Amino acid sequence: MNIAVLVKLAPDTEAALKIDADRLKIATVDINYVLNPYDEYAVEEGLRWKEKFGGTTTVFSLGREEAVKALRNALAMGADEAVHIVSPGGLDMLGKAKALAAALQGRGFDVIFAGKQSVDDDCGAVGPMTAYYLSIPHISTVVKLDCDGSRITAWREFEGGAEKFECPLPVLITAQKGLNEPRYASLKGIMFSKKKEIAVVEAAPAQAKIEILKLNYPPVRQAGKIVGQGVEAVPKLLQLLREEAKVL
Amino acid sequence: MNILTYIESREGKIRVAGLEALSAGRRLVDAAGGKLTALLLGSGIDGLTEIVRGCGADAIYLADHPDLALYSPEAYCETAATAMLKSNAQIFLLSATALGRDLAPLAAAKLDAGLLTDCTEAALENGQLVVKRPVYGGRLIMTLAAASLPVVVSLRPKIFPVVKCEVAEPTIEKLTLNLDGVIRARCVETKAEAGGKLDVTEADVVVSGGRGLRSPDNFHLIEELAAALRGAVGASRPVVDIGWRPHSEQVGQTGKVVSPTLYIAAGISGAIQHLAGMSSSKVIVAINKDPEAPIFKVADYGIVGDALEILPVLTQAVKALER
Ligand SMILES: Cc1cc2nc3c(=O)[nH]c(=O)nc-3n(C[C@H](O)[C@H](O)[C@H](O)COP(=O)(O)OP(=O)(O)OC[C@H]3O[C@@H](n4cnc5c(N)ncnc54)[C@H](O)[C@@H]3O)c2cc1C
Ligand SMILES: Nc1ncnc2c1ncn2[C@@H]1O[C@H](COP(=O)(O)O)[C@@H](O)[C@H]1O
Repeated sequence: MNIAVLVKLAPDTEAALKIDADRLKIATVDINYVLNPYDEYAVEEGLRWKEKFGGTTTVFSLGREEAVKALRNALAMGADEAVHIVSPGGLDMLGKAKALAAALQGRGFDVIFAGKQSVDDDCGAVGPMTAYYLSIPHISTVVKLDCDGSRITAWREFEGGAEKFECPLPVLITAQKGLNEPRYASLKGIMFSKKKEIAVVEAAPAQAKIEILKLNYPPVRQAGKIVGQGVEAVPKLLQLLREEAKVL
Repeated sequence: MNILTYIESREGKIRVAGLEALSAGRRLVDAAGGKLTALLLGSGIDGLTEIVRGCGADAIYLADHPDLALYSPEAYCETAATAMLKSNAQIFLLSATALGRDLAPLAAAKLDAGLLTDCTEAALENGQLVVKRPVYGGRLIMTLAAASLPVVVSLRPKIFPVVKCEVAEPTIEKLTLNLDGVIRARCVETKAEAGGKLDVTEADVVVSGGRGLRSPDNFHLIEELAAALRGAVGASRPVVDIGWRPHSEQVGQTGKVVSPTLYIAAGISGAIQHLAGMSSSKVIVAINKDPEAPIFKVADYGIVGDALEILPVLTQAVKALER
């Protein structure tokens, strides 16, 4: 099985973010970057498929020099090959997906895994879009996945239920929490990841269809009032919810 | 500016989120002029037009086809593209539900359109569509504009109100579709959650429990309060990870994003990843025994104390209110 995984580096979800002087992006100093949490599920799934069916798992990341860190993390978990896609300028979602698809194209992948969404852009777009440009079907936010070697069955959740899809390979799957339990990197994996050579390809520039106007902090929620201590505070709480907040 | 709005339905029922998107579309069309078309997809869905009437559409497109009975990214995308062409729309608007989040990027790729997902505000400024969307798990808000048209826009559920409005009776048209060979990833089965539970993302009231509940056996206290308030049960990640609660209830950065009218957090510390999922709630109530818990920094009302004692009393008091 020829397996690809799309990974990206994202700020740690705990990181305190500062807006850059240009008011368009975050200031990158003092931020701890990690492998996007959903991509850990994608990498894990790629490794499980390799263990089950044989073959190789190749990880792809598009981005600046730091993207290499995401690739090395995935190599340390057990991926075999890594490709770093460098882009000459900023890309929007379509541009990113086109660049990824161009790098994946013609390499005969049977399955491509991506994360459900990145925890910085929060879009959940790159996976389905990349599948479109590769002319293959996708199934997103998958929580359960089986493959018999040529066809897959996949479950995804929606509000109040779940739906099961069937599909022939090749397919692109985006991983939702619950799909698996990502492994930790092994010592051997870490050693391998350090010396493994990473292939570099260049993305074609693309005209962005979306323009970022500004970045702001969300309005601070005013800390409200502590109504009281223990069960005695319940009547007062209800009164406030009815009369002040008017939600009951 | 013409707008096409997809009105989500499942199993013959319109999803409220679809009407939210339609109302938002009406506001945009009223501001800029143009035509608002509502797109209904499914199989045997004639009856749905009734519900959409009076919600602001100038035209209703019925895409009725056996291959649209269950959600299919490919068939729904193909249909949306057909409808965009026919309605001569520049904006494809839909709700950022599980379905909408899947369909929007595919439709954007197919239409070669810009994509703006999970928006919490959308307006026309000097003829340009400008939106706000939370990024970095809600830690920052980004303002973006569609630099070109068409554009695909998905709206976060429960942020945009459903407004009934008086417009002329919409025209109803059946779309002619050819979906032969379109579907490769086919939905073969759907399963409703046990007991037809209300989903956290669709509820007006969400009562969530965290590790402070101490044991899965105490979650009936959360369930009872949620039932008394006709709301849904939510959970923090650790109680989902250890299997006390199903994943579908997890609120937060790696769970669901909810924007109910009332969010009650009991025994939840208020970690940044939890806040990512609920800080757009209108009113937040926190019950925590630690007065220093960060949840109190975002809560409108807080009670310091033992959730195991407070929850049953609160439930009783809510029930008494009803009578
Ligand atoms: C990448 C990543 C993603 C994450 N995604 C999510 C997510 O989607 N959702 C999420 O929730 N978390 C998420 N987390 C985890 C998050 O960081 C916190 O660990 C988690 O939210 C804490 O859950 P909790 O508040 O239930 O538990 P704790 O932090 O242990 O807090 C328990 C609280 O209960 C209080 N308490 C204890 N006993 C009682 C009592 N008897 N009565 C009242 N109060 C009591 C305590 O004072 C404490 O404040 C994520 C973490 C990471 C790293
Ligand atoms: N720059 C990138 N390089 C590689 N994969 C990416 C990149 N951006 C997004 N992805 C993949 O697409 C998923 C969804 O990202 P997003 O659409 O940004 O929310 C991520 O979890 C990754 O698997």
